[in-house]
Amino acid sequence: MSAHSQPVNWGGNASPLNVSYGKIFMWFFLISDALTFSSLLCAYGFMRHKYSEIWPIPGDVFHHFPFLHGVHLPLYYVGLMTFILIMSSVTMVLAVEAGHRNDRRSVLIWMFWTIIGGLAFVGSQAWEWYNFIVGTEEGAMREVLVNGTWVQETIHGANMRLNEYGLPVFANFFFFITGFHGFHVFSGVCINIVIFIMVYNRVMEKRGHYEMVEKVGLYWHFVDLVWVFVFTFFYLL
Amino acid sequence: MSMENHGHHDHHEAHHDHHEHHEESFITKYVFSQDHKMIARQFLITATVMAVIGMLMSIIFRLQLAWPGEKFGFINWMLGDKWGKDGILDSNMYLALVTIHGTIMVFFLLTGGLSGTFSNLLIPYQIGARDMASGFMNMLSYWFFFVSSFILVASCYVEDGPASSGWTVYPPLSALPQAMPGSGLGTTLWLVSMTLFVVSALLGGLNYIITVLNLRTEGMSMRRLPLTIWAFLVTAVLGLLSFPVLVGAVVLLIMDRSLGTSFYLSDIYIGGQALHYTGGSPVLYQHLFWFLGHPEVYIIILPALGIASEVIAVNSRKPIFGYKAMVGSILTIGFLSFIVWGHHMFVTGMNPFLGSIFVFTTLLIAIPSAVKAFNYITTLWQGNIRFTPGMLFAIGLVSTFVSGGVTGIILADSTLDIPLHDTYFVVAHFHIVMGLSAVLGMFAGVYHWFPKMFLRMMNKKLGYLHFWLTFVCAYGVFFPQHFLGLAGVPRRYYTNTEFPLFDNLGDMNVMITWFAIVGALAQVLFLFNFFYSIFRGDRAPDNPWNSNTLEWTNGVGHNHGNWIGKLPVVHRWAYDYSKPGKEHDFVPQTVPLEDGEKDGGVTDDHH
Repeated sequence: MSAHSQPVNWGGNASPLNVSYGKIFMWFFLISDALTFSSLLCAYGFMRHKYSEIWPIPGDVFHHFPFLHGVHLPLYYVGLMTFILIMSSVTMVLAVEAGHRNDRRSVLIWMFWTIIGGLAFVGSQAWEWYNFIVGTEEGAMREVLVNGTWVQETIHGANMRLNEYGLPVFANFFFFITGFHGFHVFSGVCINIVIFIMVYNRVMEKRGHYEMVEKVGLYWHFVDLVWVFVFTFFYLL
Repeated sequence: MSMENHGHHDHHEAHHDHHEHHEESFITKYVFSQDHKMIARQFLITATVMAVIGMLMSIIFRLQLAWPGEKFGFINWMLGDKWGKDGILDSNMYLALVTIHGTIMVFFLLTGGLSGTFSNLLIPYQIGARDMASGFMNMLSYWFFFVSSFILVASCYVEDGPASSGWTVYPPLSALPQAMPGSGLGTTLWLVSMTLFVVSALLGGLNYIITVLNLRTEGMSMRRLPLTIWAFLVTAVLGLLSFPVLVGAVVLLIMDRSLGTSFYLSDIYIGGQALHYTGGSPVLYQHLFWFLGHPEVYIIILPALGIASEVIAVNSRKPIFGYKAMVGSILTIGFLSFIVWGHHMFVTGMNPFLGSIFVFTTLLIAIPSAVKAFNYITTLWQGNIRFTPGMLFAIGLVSTFVSGGVTGIILADSTLDIPLHDTYFVVAHFHIVMGLSAVLGMFAGVYHWFPKMFLRMMNKKLGYLHFWLTFVCAYGVFFPQHFLGLAGVPRRYYTNTEFPLFDNLGDMNVMITWFAIVGALAQVLFLFNFFYSIFRGDRAPDNPWNSNTLEWTNGVGHNHGNWIGKLPVVHRWAYDYSKPGKEHDFVPQTVPLEDGEKDGGVTDDHH
């Protein structure tokens, strides 16, 4: 790798767009990934529109808060999760900025907080899923298929087939879209850890620039941005 | 690996020279190659194998359509007693063949094969780059393609047969393993294969876009790019935007099949048995699928149109007519392709008002398409035409693009589409406008750039014979299908003899099948010519077609890094053919402009 992170085979004049190819790669990858999320959110919108009259109200489904059992706090917890994730974007910006100053120590500190933020988000999501799956104590009467016939039964929580809170597709989309996003956050955390170790081992110092931090930063901000949409569509609207 | 540049040492190229000095092993050179030229050839040969498989499948089901119930010994020999008892094709296998034929032709030949071959070969060559932006990702792209091809072919050998619900794999047929034999393991493998295919397409597409944007040599402004590169660039952008949506559709389908979710399924009984699914919608799948599916047909046709632009301009010895209009129409087609997907769904119970919007956007595509067709014709007009085999195929493309496009205007209209939907009229339309045009474009590209790929010439006489047989037989196969469709013959039916209504159309099916058989035999000529010429063809000169573009400026031979020494510098557009006052009838892009000479592509002064 040359110092300017040009591809090895570069032989032309100054790079026409004045951006390294790795960064453009990341941008275009994010565009395509954005389209995947759009397809899922559009599919969600399609269903929600179809069942707009009987779609569960998110505030009634997600109102748990750790250590406050039985208190009705609609969407407070997911609000906190969102805040944590957005803060982790802020720490990522600071890491990238420190990278521009070649300040290894600050990069390490801010990357560390970004990783913690990411882990906190994934952990919170697990807790949210747990509550969603376990459901309420009273449960709800739903039609259930038993030995080929539909019967009324009390069910608790949601899974791939049944949903205490209403339509099964609501649970399907919730699991799939937040799961797909959570997978992105998780892989982002893993990549951040790899970069953290590289910075710690002074790999970037030897290269003379911290562009890798900038590239994972792009990915991290993207994942946050997607969450803003998921949050809006699933919880707020 | 070329060692010719010993002693030739340039300061700026020190790094590159260093590259030339180590020998590559057989594995890194021919198998896990990261060189765009080798990857292009790998794509071409894999796609050729896939195409042969897809074509043989079509012959088998054409036999069934022409002579239903007739016993063919070889069908029993090929398919065994289960699928070809007494030599009669089984109806489930018929559906499987139609499905896999479509999948192979659409994705593996005309998406992976066409873009994979020519984007890889021509992008670095024509923009003056040493290689793709990332050789490693390019290699991965090929190997994902290879594995996905392998899985698709392997899926034909599972117990219940391959996916059989059509190349669009609509649920619920594809979502319920018990719905039909092919919906079990066969469809699972189809979905796995498709997912890997999308990974391949994305890795390739990212590379194409970034290479075109970032690795152009000095002087190669966007306005001097050959139209091939413009077409490949827009194709890659379309793929990048639409394939992720297919991933969404496919993954949700996998969820429905494997985890019991209800995205696409609603209150359904199968064999009298109630299933637990509730609340989903198969129409959702169609929206997601066709959001990919429509751009997909432009992913197929644009590279072929790009190839035709180059081949027609070179062999007419004239500048391409309306370069800017051509670029504009490529971009317009690319944009419009994203807002027309509903025209595949007029009969899904769509709101007629929404339908009429899709009619409007679909009809708009006729404008840029007509611009392209007219520009080809005006480029040919009064040209000093050389009828090379490549040129014949390119002209053939113009013909099929026009005749298939015209029926597109008919089908775009929802009032006409509703009665014609799912008849042979649709089959005829898309086979001509997208299948045939793209295949002819691909042949044009193979004949034209064969000397660049394999350093030898293909046999011209066999090329002519191949062209005329292919062209006549292809029209012979698909043109009569318009009449079948207008008479109401439905597509995808195992046999039409059950309906007295179609009795008088039987002869037409026989004729179509004869054309298909002769057309398939004609491809043997091509395969022979292709493989024979790789090893025994005449040695190709540096610039066999007296062409302007950069790929012909690096001398004969393959060397890592494409140009020995410095990269060429570009001074003009790619279409200075028969320019008045010049010694030759072509002026390569590397020749500096004379005093007062204007660059054809760039009318204002810029450089």
